[in-house]
Amino acid sequence: MLTQALFRALDRKAIWLVAIFVGLAIAVPALNLLVPPGQFGHVPTYMVSLFGKYLSYAILALALDLVWGYCGILSLGHGAFFALGGYAMGMYLMRQIGTRGVYGHPTLPDFMVFLNWRELPWYWWGFDNFWFAALMVMAVPGLLAFVFGWFAFRSRVTGVYLSIITQAMTFALLLAFFRNDMGFGGNNGLTDFKDILGVPVQAQTTRVALFAATALFLALSVLICSMIVNSKLGKVMVAVRDAESRTRFIGYRVEYVKLFAFTVSAIMAGIAGALYVPQVGIINPGEFEPGNSIEVVIWTAVGGRGTIIGPIIGAILVNMGKSYFTAALPEYWLFALGALFVFVTLFMPKGIVGLVGQARAMLQKRENRQAPPDQPAAPARSAAAEAGIDAQPKPAE
Amino acid sequence: MTPARSFIGLVLSLLLLAGATPLRAQETTPANAITAPVASAATDPAALVAAMGEANLRELGAIVTELAATEDTAVVPALQALAAGTLYLDKATGAVVIVAGGNRLDPLTQAVIGPESAADLTRIRVNNSLRRDIAAALGAMTLMNDDPRTRMSAARAMMANVDDANLPLLDEAIAAETDTAVRALMQVARGVTLLRSADASLADKLAAVPVVAQSGERDAATVLTAARANAPAELDAAIASALAGLEQERAVWNALQNVWFGISLGSVLLLAAIGLAITFGVMGVINMAHGEMVMLGAYTTFLVQLFIRQNFPGLLDYSLLIALPAAFLVTAAIGVGIERGIIRWLYGRPLETLLATWGLSLILQQAVRTTFGPTNQMVIAPTWMSGSFQFYGLSITYGRFWIVIFAMIVFALLLLVLNRTALGLQMRAVTQNRRMASAMGIRTPFVDAMTFGLGSGIAGLAGVALTQIDNISPNLGQNYIIDSFMVVVFGGVGNLWGTLVGAMTLGIANKFLEPYAGAVLGKILILVLIILFIQRRPRGLFALKGRAVEQ
Repeated sequence: MLTQALFRALDRKAIWLVAIFVGLAIAVPALNLLVPPGQFGHVPTYMVSLFGKYLSYAILALALDLVWGYCGILSLGHGAFFALGGYAMGMYLMRQIGTRGVYGHPTLPDFMVFLNWRELPWYWWGFDNFWFAALMVMAVPGLLAFVFGWFAFRSRVTGVYLSIITQAMTFALLLAFFRNDMGFGGNNGLTDFKDILGVPVQAQTTRVALFAATALFLALSVLICSMIVNSKLGKVMVAVRDAESRTRFIGYRVEYVKLFAFTVSAIMAGIAGALYVPQVGIINPGEFEPGNSIEVVIWTAVGGRGTIIGPIIGAILVNMGKSYFTAALPEYWLFALGALFVFVTLFMPKGIVGLVGQARAMLQKRENRQAPPDQPAAPARSAAAEAGIDAQPKPAE
Repeated sequence: MTPARSFIGLVLSLLLLAGATPLRAQETTPANAITAPVASAATDPAALVAAMGEANLRELGAIVTELAATEDTAVVPALQALAAGTLYLDKATGAVVIVAGGNRLDPLTQAVIGPESAADLTRIRVNNSLRRDIAAALGAMTLMNDDPRTRMSAARAMMANVDDANLPLLDEAIAAETDTAVRALMQVARGVTLLRSADASLADKLAAVPVVAQSGERDAATVLTAARANAPAELDAAIASALAGLEQERAVWNALQNVWFGISLGSVLLLAAIGLAITFGVMGVINMAHGEMVMLGAYTTFLVQLFIRQNFPGLLDYSLLIALPAAFLVTAAIGVGIERGIIRWLYGRPLETLLATWGLSLILQQAVRTTFGPTNQMVIAPTWMSGSFQFYGLSITYGRFWIVIFAMIVFALLLLVLNRTALGLQMRAVTQNRRMASAMGIRTPFVDAMTFGLGSGIAGLAGVALTQIDNISPNLGQNYIIDSFMVVVFGGVGNLWGTLVGAMTLGIANKFLEPYAGAVLGKILILVLIILFIQRRPRGLFALKGRAVEQ
């Protein structure tokens, strides 16, 4: 059955995507390590890290797309899941510093020594083990999403209300992680990492390997998402998005469908965070900013929600734009981002991916207008659009 | 700064000073009257006191009468010293001094001039008839004065500087007193004097304990605790129980103070959230740019004040009142613009509206940051909003007080608009059932635009109020937007009372959690509690009922 699902998941689009990212995971390290610097085709290491960051954002956007694009849940809390995964990885990296910290304490991270803590709090236990940390990267966001979703979906908190309480959750976590007493480094977060799996984090090979890992996990995410949305469950998710009450009355347990999507998505976001932290070298409470979570939504919207490739394109393009603007015209980045929000929601409801379809529809409309009136194809379409005033945008299938 | 501008600044600060001083003085009369004399120009107390040095008995009598006529309480110590025989003439300098505790003191200010050196000093002599005159003068100046306020401050002065010699004066004054408030205060002063006195009888002290304990004075507990030192068992027990009572009372007042802080925070939340509640209720639109409307209101206030300061400095005290309509109009106009330009195209897609308005909020923030700079701007509080007053045991600042009043007025006006005007009727109709309202001939697009304008305008009003308690910065709105959402979600949409209850509950709960959990943890707890509450009531406290609610 699994092979069958896998087979179905690998439709033409997905197989291309997976191939591209696996290819990137091989090609970029090769171009960085084998082609000497200065020669044509060499990829500088900072570029590798930068794109590694973009790819981890792409995983996050894809995770959000699974709940928003396919299941209709606008979560404003995915930045929090991302940050939680990042913190779990950061805790592992902190423990790897060992005695090389400023205070040279064998077990306690610097900030705990600074705060006069005597021993490691219980929730830091086990984080010196990579595999335990890796488990926590998935378990903590997954569990939070499961518990949160369990309560929210069962009591049928939907739409804008759900968005707002996910935002409240993010905000509460932001405030909590800012506190020194929490034991997560307070304001400064976790930084000054030295080793990951026994090799130095800053080394060129490590950074290249991290890029490859991110690209491979992105390929895996594409595969998983594709499997989910092409399965029967995926169809039910789309049904929940388009007509929740109707789906419920047909007999599906809507809340479990949502809970599944939400939890899987949170785990993906957590892993994205874990891949992000060693590449940027810091995690601090700023990652919990509600604004960050909303930004993820716009990446997804720009690329095109309800598609697998859309959020990936969106995340990479918007972040490239951000890198460019914040370096060249820092004053105008917020203008550009704000305008992007407004423009995309107004004129590109299906994002970049949908532009092709939009252009085709426009062409068709023009043809229809020129065609003799005995072919009433266009009116039916526009009437449906007018009547569907409260309907969500239809999936692009 | 150009000379012209600095001149304006000078004039302005002078005006401010001139405007502020009398008011300040009036506010704080009881405390200040003793130390800061109201100088009556006709007779200078200092000259009169200096004249006592060379005067004979008859002249002294005249001077005492004149001193009493100045009604200046600063001369009281000099008169008391004269009666007690501690007023001396310093022959070396020709100055009149009080000798106390081995030092020579200035008769008016009680400042130490130098050590007592008996050789140079001659006592100013008085006889019995003069002593009677002095006592009468003192009584008239202080406890027997015609003005109850002077009597009050005299009693207070006696409470602060306890002296057994005051007791007969106090007894006499209490017997003659007609004003109940003043008499009560005198009795407290008498009680304090008795408790502090070394040779007052036990019965007197016991009687004084409840008087002092129930006085409501701030240092009642201090006085009582001090009196406990080597007190006999009977008195000690009485004081202990009085102190316990005081402690309990203080807890109650503390709780009430917290309630007041909560109401004050709740009013701010109410102001910030109520516009959001209206737009959300009527249009189902979450306006993420609402916080920026608040911010724009605050900046409008800043601009209005700047304009008034430069052109009509006399009106500076009323600039906040002038800013109110200005802020309302500016933000309402921007709100209508946003509705017509963006939100209109997104009806029925609340999640997209949320994103578009978020983008708008980024643009507005950055626009303000580029125009005014990222630093905080100042709005000067008008004189009628600075300072504080005592309400029984509560200390209430005028700023907070007016904000609460203002929030209530806005709330009441909004109720009036919603329930008594045609627009309000239409808005409620659209809230309950958009299609039916449209079928009945209501122009729903017009109602939407007006609603959004109204909601934004109220956000602008909130901005005016916030200038008094927060920094005016481009991020001002961001700090309130999440709290406002919480209020709306908690209170439920489509019902203003829900917003009121929601705002007050959150405000008070926040202030009650703060002492136990700390400000940050308290806020986290509130957020968690709201998230849990939403599970129980997904549509808030006062949810709309009926078919129209779904979708």
